[in-house]
Amino acid sequence: MSEILTYILGGISIATALLVVFSKNPVHSVLYLILTFFSIAGQYILLNAQFLFIVQVIVYSGAIMVLFLFVLMLLNLNKDTEPQKENMFKLMGVVAGGLLLVSIVGMLKGIGHINLPENPDSQIGMVKNLGLVLFSDYVVPFELSSILFLSGMVGAVLIGKKESTDIN
Amino acid sequence: MTEVLKHVSIDYYIYLSTILFCIGVMGVLIRRNAIIVLMCVELMLNSVNLLFAAFSAYRGDANGQLFVFFIMVVAAAEVAVGLAILVMMYRNTKSVDVSLLDKLKH
Repeated sequence: MSEILTYILGGISIATALLVVFSKNPVHSVLYLILTFFSIAGQYILLNAQFLFIVQVIVYSGAIMVLFLFVLMLLNLNKDTEPQKENMFKLMGVVAGGLLLVSIVGMLKGIGHINLPENPDSQIGMVKNLGLVLFSDYVVPFELSSILFLSGMVGAVLIGKKESTDIN
Repeated sequence: MTEVLKHVSIDYYIYLSTILFCIGVMGVLIRRNAIIVLMCVELMLNSVNLLFAAFSAYRGDANGQLFVFFIMVVAAAEVAVGLAILVMMYRNTKSVDVSLLDKLKH
């Protein structure tokens, strides 16, 4: 049952990712990307990574995509005014992406069998376990990420604010 | 919940995330709208996250899932700054077309 669900979610994520790239209207692209993120969140819950599921839904599908949609509406780009690249360049992009796919798949074919443990601990994705690891082994990166957020916030405000008050 | 680990091989997740990553690369190459380009970068980050989470679950090792958490942290900060740059660019050029940004070429 759940493996069928896994394959269905994989199909949905690939299809919606293609629609993100090829749909003309930017708002449709954003909405398809939200669907892609939800299907990836579904994969997380099938892998029993519940913390990642919640974070994916809240941070990606919630915060980041709403920010994208907000900027799109703010700049009034919700119509297909985007000048398209010439078909030659589009073809080159598709061929380059396809060649990357072929070369990575060819590389993966050479790996052979991957050694994995027989009975992995299924409880590692729980909030309790990840919290214990995060606050014991990863305290320093965790604190550093708060500094990163602070600098990101300051940078976004500094870049985004109107330059009405000139320096001179 | 652990049925997935028994019945689905890790290869499925490897190929799925490879395909998603390549779709993201393709989007960066063929689109001119800077917002869509940024979204395709997010798609690439997400495909890597999926692979990290899959390997972490199959190995029973929590470090991979914490790495995903930190990637999400960095992605959120990146999107905030990137969208601020986009708004700034729109204010100056009245467009979000990436092919207008070729001043470094000349």
